[in-house]
Amino acid sequence: MAEQATDNSAARFVERLGRGTVRGVEELGACGMLVFETLYWIVSGRRMRQPVRIDAIFVQMMETGIGAIPIVALMAGTIGVMLAIQGIHTLKIFGAETQVTVGIAFSVVREFAPLITGIIVAGRSGSALAARLGTMKINQEIDALHVMGINPLRFLVAPALVAMMVMVPALTLFSDFVGLLAAGLYVGVDLGISLAAYFDRVIEILSVDDLMHGLGKSALFAILIGVIGVVNGASVSGGAEGVGKVTTRAVVQSIAAIVVTDMIFAFAVTR
Amino acid sequence: MTQAAAPRPPERVIEVEDLVSFYGPRQILRGVSVEVVEGEIMVIMGGSGSGKSTLLRHLMALEWPTSGTVRLLGRDLAALSAREMFELRKKIGVAFQGGALFSSMTVGENIMLPLHEHTELDPTTMRIMARLKLEVVDLAGFEDLMPSELSGGMIKRAAMARAIIMDPKILFCDEPSAGLDPVVASAIDDLILRLRDAVGMSVVVVTHELESAFKIADRITVLDKGETLFIGTVEELRNHPSERIQNLLNRRAEDEAVDADAYMRRLTGVEVSGAARL
Ligand SMILES: Nc1ncnc2c1ncn2[C@@H]1O[C@H](COP(=O)(O)OP(=O)(O)O)[C@@H](O)[C@H]1O
Ligand SMILES: [Mg+2]
Repeated sequence: MAEQATDNSAARFVERLGRGTVRGVEELGACGMLVFETLYWIVSGRRMRQPVRIDAIFVQMMETGIGAIPIVALMAGTIGVMLAIQGIHTLKIFGAETQVTVGIAFSVVREFAPLITGIIVAGRSGSALAARLGTMKINQEIDALHVMGINPLRFLVAPALVAMMVMVPALTLFSDFVGLLAAGLYVGVDLGISLAAYFDRVIEILSVDDLMHGLGKSALFAILIGVIGVVNGASVSGGAEGVGKVTTRAVVQSIAAIVVTDMIFAFAVTR
Repeated sequence: MTQAAAPRPPERVIEVEDLVSFYGPRQILRGVSVEVVEGEIMVIMGGSGSGKSTLLRHLMALEWPTSGTVRLLGRDLAALSAREMFELRKKIGVAFQGGALFSSMTVGENIMLPLHEHTELDPTTMRIMARLKLEVVDLAGFEDLMPSELSGGMIKRAAMARAIIMDPKILFCDEPSAGLDPVVASAIDDLILRLRDAVGMSVVVVTHELESAFKIADRITVLDKGETLFIGTVEELRNHPSERIQNLLNRRAEDEAVDADAYMRRLTGVEVSGAARL
């Protein structure tokens, strides 16, 4: 009897696992198709006389990029200072606190700038994308696009995705600078190293490769944020409440995806 | 109310044969067959949840049948290439139930969007055309308002203007007068009649308002639980002997009644999760 029960629950567990896996693979496949199709519209829309509109991209770029500047600056600056504090504290043990610049330069440019920028954009623009698409689906605006012969991927998704792929690396570059600057100011105050000397050292330490490592990652984050926002927005059901749900899910999923991808990327590239 | 007889046999613009449709495991349409001819106003009626909107979505190629065929303007929807579907879509107009105006655009921009996307007209011409259509629906002068600034009836009329901006051969309207006061609802009925009379558009209207249906319909299709209960003229429907149909006609109040599924979903809190599709 008991054996039967465990058998059953084991079978159920396996079945659930199987279903979950199938759904996961399906979802991944859907994401892949989405990226592929959107790229297709970006590349060949003009030839088919259905271009991705530049003004729509521009609007999205303002929204995603320019609007995020204050918060990105604040976060990048804060993290720069935090790295400086912790770095100096740690290196004091070895009496090597003047070497803190090395740690700051690498960790800001390779790690923290792309990460914090990605997380901010996920919170601001990934959620906005999911909410906008979700609302449009609920209000039948997506259906309206379809029946007008306007592909929603071209009309809505492509501009948002292009804007993210331009603006997330741009913002990352910006937070590289702000993070390094803020850390430099702190180091200057604490260790009496001049800002000029600090930046000389930073430039000496960093290679183009380090910069590209961070920017490459941020471009990947941009795609993740965009795709996760779109897929969640598109899967909305159940009215306004549903929109709230998918918006939250989009943010949580994209931040998780960013952090995990960050690790994998670092592992694959650095090893 | 019926149209003057055309000299040649009227062309069939919509042909639905044995349409079967599922949402997930649930069968919604159980073999629906219906035809609409050129210049005809076909009204689809039936209780809440009987599959009216679903049938309409099939006619607009927003859903795909499990079996059966849908032909629009002589073309089998399932056999069309993306390109052909794109061309066909320029010949149909849709006024959705809630209007489905794009909330980030003004009324004028909404109405001009199809022109913007599908034609090479210069902006002035587009504005004039939008203005003309707004005249038709009695909304001239409201171009620069946002949809959120319009009343329910105005939204429906603006949606109608957008639906006819490309001068479609077929116009679909889902519940055009639902939720409107009788005067506004009646104005929309008049508008639909005018559109048909002026340009010979075929119109498919989903409604559960009997009065409106009787006023505008050339023929009426009555759906019940995904099956066609009746297809015929207004007169035939009025005089139909079947008790089932008479009951359906007389239980107006019940039309507002709960959609069984929505009710169950609310009770159980189980959600039918939507597919990630745009
Ligand atoms: N997207 C959907 N997913 C699952 N079920 C749906 C969906 N849309 C409608 N239904 C169900 O299909 C049935 C018919 O819906 P619908 O065609 O909208 O009815 P009507 O327009 O006649 O009120 C209803 O029971 C409804 O709950
Ligand atoms: Mg309906």
